[in-house]
Amino acid sequence: MNSSNKFDILRMVLAVGIALLISFLIILIASDEPLRAILELLTGPLKSTRSFGNVIEKMIPLIFTGVGISIMFSANQINLAGEGSFHLGGLVATYIALNAAIPMGLSPWVCVLVAGFLGSLVTAVPAVMKIKTDSDVLVSSLMMNYIIVFFANYVLNYILRDPKAGAVVSFAIPAHIQLNSIIPGTRIHLGLFIALAVAFFGYVLLYKTKIGYEIRITGENMDFAKYSGINVLKVTLISQLIGGFIFGVGGGVEILGMYSRFSWTSSLGYGWDAIIITTLAKKNPLYVPFAAFFLAYLRTGASKMSIATNVPTEIITVAQGIIILLVVAEQFLSKYKHKMIAKEARLSLSNAKEAE
Amino acid sequence: MIVDAILSPEFLNATLRATTPILFATLAAAVAAKCGIINMALEGIMLFSALFGVLFSAMFQSGILGLLATMVMGGLIGLLLAFFVLKLKTDEILAAIAINLIANGATILILLMLSGDRGVSSSVKSVPLPRISIPVIENIPYLGAVISNQNVLTYVSLIMVVVVHIFLYKMPLGLRIRAVGENKNAAESVGISSKKIQYIALVISGVLASMGGFFLSGGYMTYFTTGMTAGRGFIALAASFMGGNTPVGGFSVSLLFGASSALSNILQLGNWPYEIIQMLPYITTIIGLAIYSYVRMKKRQKLSDRG
Amino acid sequence: MSHNVLEMKNIMKIYPNGIVAVEDVTLELQKGEIHALLGENGAGKSTLMKVLFGLESPEQGQIFLNGEEIQLKSPLEAIKKGIGMVHQHFMLVSSLTVAENIVLGIEPKKSIFVDMNKAIDISKELAKKYNFDIDVTQRVEELPVGIKQKVEILKALYRGADILILDEPTAVLTPQETEELFVQLKKLKELGHTLIFISHKLDEIKSICDRATIMKSGKSKGTYKVSEISTNEMSKLMVGRDVVMTFDKKPLSLKETALKVRNLIVEGTTGVVRVDDLSFDVKQGEIFGIAGVEGNGQGHLVEALTGLTKKYCGDILIFDQNISNKNINEIRKLKVSHIPEDRMTLGCAANMNIMDNLLSNQYQSSEYSGRFMLKLKKIEERVNKLIKEYLIKCKSYKQNVGMLSGGNIQKVVVAREFSTEPKIIIANQPTRGIDVGAASFIRQRIIEFRDAGCAIVLISADLNEVFELSDRLAVMYKGKFSGVFTDVKKLTEEELGKYMLGIKKDEVLEGIIYE
Repeated sequence: MNSSNKFDILRMVLAVGIALLISFLIILIASDEPLRAILELLTGPLKSTRSFGNVIEKMIPLIFTGVGISIMFSANQINLAGEGSFHLGGLVATYIALNAAIPMGLSPWVCVLVAGFLGSLVTAVPAVMKIKTDSDVLVSSLMMNYIIVFFANYVLNYILRDPKAGAVVSFAIPAHIQLNSIIPGTRIHLGLFIALAVAFFGYVLLYKTKIGYEIRITGENMDFAKYSGINVLKVTLISQLIGGFIFGVGGGVEILGMYSRFSWTSSLGYGWDAIIITTLAKKNPLYVPFAAFFLAYLRTGASKMSIATNVPTEIITVAQGIIILLVVAEQFLSKYKHKMIAKEARLSLSNAKEAE
Repeated sequence: MIVDAILSPEFLNATLRATTPILFATLAAAVAAKCGIINMALEGIMLFSALFGVLFSAMFQSGILGLLATMVMGGLIGLLLAFFVLKLKTDEILAAIAINLIANGATILILLMLSGDRGVSSSVKSVPLPRISIPVIENIPYLGAVISNQNVLTYVSLIMVVVVHIFLYKMPLGLRIRAVGENKNAAESVGISSKKIQYIALVISGVLASMGGFFLSGGYMTYFTTGMTAGRGFIALAASFMGGNTPVGGFSVSLLFGASSALSNILQLGNWPYEIIQMLPYITTIIGLAIYSYVRMKKRQKLSDRG
Repeated sequence: MSHNVLEMKNIMKIYPNGIVAVEDVTLELQKGEIHALLGENGAGKSTLMKVLFGLESPEQGQIFLNGEEIQLKSPLEAIKKGIGMVHQHFMLVSSLTVAENIVLGIEPKKSIFVDMNKAIDISKELAKKYNFDIDVTQRVEELPVGIKQKVEILKALYRGADILILDEPTAVLTPQETEELFVQLKKLKELGHTLIFISHKLDEIKSICDRATIMKSGKSKGTYKVSEISTNEMSKLMVGRDVVMTFDKKPLSLKETALKVRNLIVEGTTGVVRVDDLSFDVKQGEIFGIAGVEGNGQGHLVEALTGLTKKYCGDILIFDQNISNKNINEIRKLKVSHIPEDRMTLGCAANMNIMDNLLSNQYQSSEYSGRFMLKLKKIEERVNKLIKEYLIKCKSYKQNVGMLSGGNIQKVVVAREFSTEPKIIIANQPTRGIDVGAASFIRQRIIEFRDAGCAIVLISADLNEVFELSDRLAVMYKGKFSGVFTDVKKLTEEELGKYMLGIKKDEVLEGIIYE
């Protein structure tokens, strides 16, 4: 490992450390029993099978979103419509589960696949707009997210809503279509394997296949890609279709694994979570499950903390922002890094002189 | 029916009101864009400011003091963004996303810690800024009903269009901001510290955005709710972009978005499903963006061969 | 003797990527001299000047102005101390007027506003004082290059520059503009300004400089009176050996016609004709050189030949296949390789590793990939082989290309483009801005390919290069060939210059098309 990589890791660890420290400080101020709160935050998830199960359950959707955005970011497409893809994926999976007559056993898979396809349509809108009209992907993808949420609310209210249920929720999804729990005492479901497979698939795709190579090269230098004969429009579109597909599948899996009724009426924020995950994973899908685990652990700890004490879970959202800020800050600790590199260079210079 | 409603002075009055927060943010986006930075943190700055507005005006028991204090905070957040982007070389989009995330979490935390309210500032006795009527204009038929009896900040936002225009095009600092945004190296070569200029521009951008945020909870509404900016910061980015990053251009586009917001209020009276109406401003933005970008692309293709 | 106005002592600059750009260099300037800073590209001249202008902070060393030690942390401090710089790439804001550019940063004010009328008056007066003929109300984007440079000089003078750094000022100028510039520089010297003239053109240094400091790979090779040192000696110090400029070439043996261009017109969308009705042939086994001042349509010609643009009329045939409907990939499959003019924008992805960069034109071949997957083992072998063969200095193929020196980056580009057994090579400025060793290595490879029967189109602004390598040489001027020379050895530089500047033009071009 060269010094540059070491610094990247050191920086990440420090960034996370600082973010946690700031969170602790806030807890100290906000809480009547800060020590208990911090203890719950850090060890709460380990206290029972069920709470550790919560970590894994929370990790599953995060893996999907992290892999999806990593593929889009690798093509240098800051397309944030994955949030919408995820939301729509959940809606579509519910719709099919409630309406289509599909043979037993196949059903969840069909739901999830269709969710993926429609999810890819959502991210395709900003992508196609970029290609056809040169519109900024960032803004159009954000607008898509709002549109999807309202659209889903419409479908939920007018088509899927179970009038007998107390809250605004859909009819119940038949049990045989739901993804089975795989570990007794938790709600960890089959989706875990799908998520891990998707992470592995994402890694192979980006680093071992032709299209992955084309995505990375297009993301790093589009002109170079064009000059090399790569059809960059096709490649950026494909990257966003794949990304949206994975988000959509994630949404479907989440609904079929964790919910019995569709009840999402506002933005879930998975699009933003995806960004911290890809930041920590350095756009490599293979590291995404680790980053997702980390975030899921914090989230679970935070909810344990908020149950046990009066500190709200939003503290983790703040920590999340701080981590992104510090990890992405290139110059954070860079003075130290430059000093080390300059020292190395001087050393090799004097070695070379001695050799003369 | 709907046509009548659209031509009614009430609708235009509502349009101006709905335009106000977007207009402030659009001006903020334009100043940042002129110095070469996309300020996507507008959303977070506005959300913070919506909360601070409520808290400060309650603390001072004065809308004006509340506004001033909020503007200071907005400037500080702009400074924070500048520090990360300029000093620590953070990607400006990711830094902004981080600030927006922090805003989402921190506004809830702060509100809870200070007031015990969860999500809505119902127990905070904030002081909104008043509506005022303009003596002569209010008596002009139609026009009076449109322009008069708006919130103070609505008038301020209109004045700010002119102020920001003069600032950018007639004042030394504006000249420097434009120079830095267009060719940073050129500005540096004459001893202008591009960083200093960008710091200043982002602080100004933060202050402008904070006025928009304040208006949301101290004019448009009279309380703070979680996520009440509802993407207005992002819409403003689009508006500024479509207005060529000029104050006057941005103003005209914000009016369009304001109108689509106001329209959604009118349509609500008809038989339209609420969810579809709510989509309107976002759909307007996305279509407007596509059209503007397409025209710009064609123009650029024509110009691409000079040189 | 005049005293030293400026001394830079033992300056050392290490860049964040660990490259030692300047190592222990000392530079002394005497009042009122024109001091040449001489060296090859990458010798550290620009870095040293960036230190002097406060753009880079050195790891070590001191700077004395009139005997007093000074710290230069920013260009602003340098400017305040009377140091001005005219950059190679103009530092002008295109959409602003000349006057706005001149006063930028120290604008005259009327209360809180910019006093535009005063700015115009100031600029006019300044131009008059130094004998510069400029309309100060024009927008900079509308000006020709020579005038832009004058605006740059005026900008520095307006800021009270006593010491003026000129970074390769003649690189972008025509000979006439260069002469005009020299007259003005001499006038500045008479008025008491001290000038640092960065260049690698020996004749220019001979003609206007008093003393010269010579740099080579980051180190100073000493300061000499220009009148007391010969150009040969200077070049020896610069490159460390006599410039080897002759290459062994096998006798010309022409084979099939590889490239046929007929009535090619490349037009910009505004209707400006960039390539104007060109026709030529290139056969396998020859190097067809295209000389010319940059910006006479060479770039557009290359874009059409390589498929980067499709907006052209006329025919381009590669081995008798018309390429008008072929995309870049299909053209590459006809065994066409392309060394682009700008390696950093077109030629590589700086943040990807050497392997990824060597792969871009080969990953689709069945040898290195299946239907979906890359054959990474085989790719690795090939990459290691190429690194060895092309003497690319790196730690391993995992190093990012952006961390390499310019010469090594160019070698990566060349290795990639030459490794596909090309039958046609379009080489656009293949050795620009790289060290002598790498340049001569690349030229040698080009000749080897020619000897092996490859058709080569060599576009270059480096006269030595086109002279030494070309079997046939055409000169491009305003989108047309102004002359074609089948016997390059008989051509003199002077003669070539006349064709390049459009002073001489042959109406009938013989030997451009093979019957």
